Amino acid sequence: MDKFDTLTGIAAPLPMQNIDTDKIIPARFLKTIKRTGLGVHLFDALRYNKDGSENPDFVLNQEPYRKAEVLIAYENFGCGSSREHAPWALLDFGIRCVIAPDFADIFFNNSFKNGILPVRLPRAVCEQLVEDSKLGGNARVTVDLQRQVVVRPSGEEIPFEIDPFRKHLLLNGLDDIGQTLQHDKAIDTFEDHKRQEQSWMPSTFA
Amino acid sequence: MSATKPRTLFDKIWDAHVVERLPDGTCILYIDRHLLHEVTSPQAFEGLRLAGRKLRRPDMHIAVADHNIPTVGSRVPSDIKEEDSRIQVETLEKNVVEFGVPYIPILDKRQGIVHIIGPELGLSLPGTTIVCGDSHTSTHGALGALAFGIGTSEVEHVMATQTLLQAPQKNMRIDVSGTLGLGCTGKDVVLAIIGKIGTAGGNGHVIEYTGDTIRALDMAGRMTVSNMTIEAGARAGLIAPDQQTFDYLKGRDFAPKGDAWEQALAYWKTLPTDPGAHYDTEVFMTADEIAPMVTWGTTPGQVIPVTGVIPNPMDIEDEGKRAQHQRMLDYMGLQAGQRLTDVAVDVIFIGSCTNGRIEDIRAAAHVAKGRKVAPGVQALVVPGSGLVKLQAEQEGLDRILLEAGFEWRDPCCSMCLGMNPDKLTPGQRSASTSNRNFEGRQGIGGRTHLVSPAMAAAAAVTGRFADVRQFG
Repeated sequence: MDKFDTLTGIAAPLPMQNIDTDKIIPARFLKTIKRTGLGVHLFDALRYNKDGSENPDFVLNQEPYRKAEVLIAYENFGCGSSREHAPWALLDFGIRCVIAPDFADIFFNNSFKNGILPVRLPRAVCEQLVEDSKLGGNARVTVDLQRQVVVRPSGEEIPFEIDPFRKHLLLNGLDDIGQTLQHDKAIDTFEDHKRQEQSWMPSTFA
Repeated sequence: MSATKPRTLFDKIWDAHVVERLPDGTCILYIDRHLLHEVTSPQAFEGLRLAGRKLRRPDMHIAVADHNIPTVGSRVPSDIKEEDSRIQVETLEKNVVEFGVPYIPILDKRQGIVHIIGPELGLSLPGTTIVCGDSHTSTHGALGALAFGIGTSEVEHVMATQTLLQAPQKNMRIDVSGTLGLGCTGKDVVLAIIGKIGTAGGNGHVIEYTGDTIRALDMAGRMTVSNMTIEAGARAGLIAPDQQTFDYLKGRDFAPKGDAWEQALAYWKTLPTDPGAHYDTEVFMTADEIAPMVTWGTTPGQVIPVTGVIPNPMDIEDEGKRAQHQRMLDYMGLQAGQRLTDVAVDVIFIGSCTNGRIEDIRAAAHVAKGRKVAPGVQALVVPGSGLVKLQAEQEGLDRILLEAGFEWRDPCCSMCLGMNPDKLTPGQRSASTSNRNFEGRQGIGGRTHLVSPAMAAAAAVTGRFADVRQFG
C-alpha cells in the first residue's frame, strides 16, 4: 500500500448524497480477479452515454478534473455493498482522498486499506470546498494528514479528525496483516482458551 | 469490562471475541466463521500467495459460488457462457484446492446463496462472529450472531490471522411492538424501519431488533430484517436467540450434536441483553406504522405503503434534496402524485438472500395459486439454495408457480445484482424481493421497486402494484 502523507491536487465536486457503491462501480464490472484496471469504469453510469461515449456533463470528463486526486461529495458516501472494487476503482482513476460529511462504514474501512484517505468535514465546509473546486485548475486543495488539515485554495486551514491508529498505518503505508501478526502469540492464547471453553464449536470440515 | 455491568447482546459477543485491545481502542477481534464467495475473494487469495501466507484456520472457513451462477441451463462451471463469470468461478475452485478451504460445489444440492446456506446448514450459530466479503452478511444476525460484511483486504486479513482489526461500534436498539396487520411480513417491517431512520440512520452502530413484533416473526422473517440492516447503514443487525432459534438450528448439518449441543445451548441462553443495559440510540416503532410496503426511489429508504402515492418533490424545502428527488422520479419514470397501484410492472423477481427462503416461496405460491401472470410480464422465482428448491418441489410449489406462468429457476443471486444473465433492460420496471433499488443495480437503466414475496406475486398476476391484502 502506498503511503499517504500530504497531497496537493485538483478536487472534483460531486455534490450528491448517498453515492452508492453501484454508482461508484456497477456490479457487472466486479467480475475481475485483479485489483487494478477498474478506473475506466469508475462512475460508469454517470460518466458514459448509452453508446459508450463520454458524457461531457460529468465532472470527471471535464478539464482539469480528469486528473482529480480528491473528490468532494455529500452525506453517506459509499453506501451499499462491501465491494472493495469501489476504492480500487477510485484509486485506479487517481483519487487518493474523498471529503464528505460522512461515509458508509464498510466503504470507510475499505478506503484506509487501500491508501485512500476519507475525510469527514461538516456539510457547510463541504459546500465551500465544492465552490472552491469549481475554480478548476487554479484551485488546488492540500490534504495534510500529518497535521490533520485540509488547506483551501485561499490558504485557510480546516482541521479534521482521524483515528490515530489508522493515521499511523496510512502515514507509513503499513499493511494491517503485518501489524496483526505481531500479536500472533495473543491469538494463539485466545484460541487455546476458546478450544477449552467452547469445545462445541463445529468445524467447517464435515 | 466488568461482568456485573449490564451488557447488550452485542457487548457480550464482542467482549467474548476480543483477543487484544490496542492502545487507541481498536480491537483485534476473533472470527469464528468466514464465508467466502467468488466475487470478493480472488484478490485476497492472490494477496496471500504473493506474501507466502496460508490460512491460519481453514476449519473455520467455507466457500460457495453464488453471484455468477446461471439460473437456467448447465451449472457446470466450464459451461458458464460469460467468460469473466466463468473465470471467477473457476478461480474460486482452484483457490479452495490450493489453500485447503472447505467448499460446497455448484452441483451439490446444498449450494446456494451464501447467506441462505449459512443458517440453513447450521454454520451460523448464536454468539459467534461471522464475516463474509459481502454486505448482506448482516443476515446471520437473525440467529444472534455478530455478523457483518467486510472488504477484500479484510477477507485476506481473516484468512491469514483469523481476526479483524475493528473499532468498537455503538449500540442501537430498534424496538417494534404490536401485531402485524394482514399481508405484512419481515420485509415490510424492515422497509418501514429504513424509511423511518434513513439509509444512514445506523451508520457507526450495531443494531439489535427487539419487541414482540420481531419475536413473532418466523426465522425467515427475522433473517429478512437482519439482511437489510446494511441498507439502514449499520453493518450488523442482531436478534436475541430464543426457543425459536434453537428449534430452527437443532439437527442442521453443521450444528453441534449431542453433548456439544447441550453445552452450546447453555451458552446461547446467556446471550440476550441484560435488563438495564445501555443503548446509545433507541428507536421505537409500532406495528400499525407498517403496511405492505413498496419503494419508489433509488434508495431503500424511499418507501411508502402500497396504498400511497408518489411523494411530490415540491414538498421538500431543501433545494438540493428537492433536485435529487426529482432526479430519482425521472430515473424511475414516475410522477409525483401517481398512485402506486396504477404503476405497471415488466419483471417480477422473487429470490435473493433477502427473500429466497422456503417461507418466501410459499408466500408467493399462495398468491399465485389459481391465478395467471399478467400478459407481457416476466416472473422469475429463484430459490436461494438447492435445499430450498428441493423442499419447494416436494411441497408442489414449483407446479403451482409454473401453472400460474412463473419461471422456476436454479439457485443463485440472479437478478438481485445483474452479475449473471438475469438482468433488467433499460427502462424495464421490476417488483423485486431483493434488497437494493440503486440505479442500475438490476441492469443498466433498470427500475427497481423493493417488495415482499407476496407483494411481488400480487404484482405479477395484476401487472401493476397491487395490495396483497385484497388477495385471499
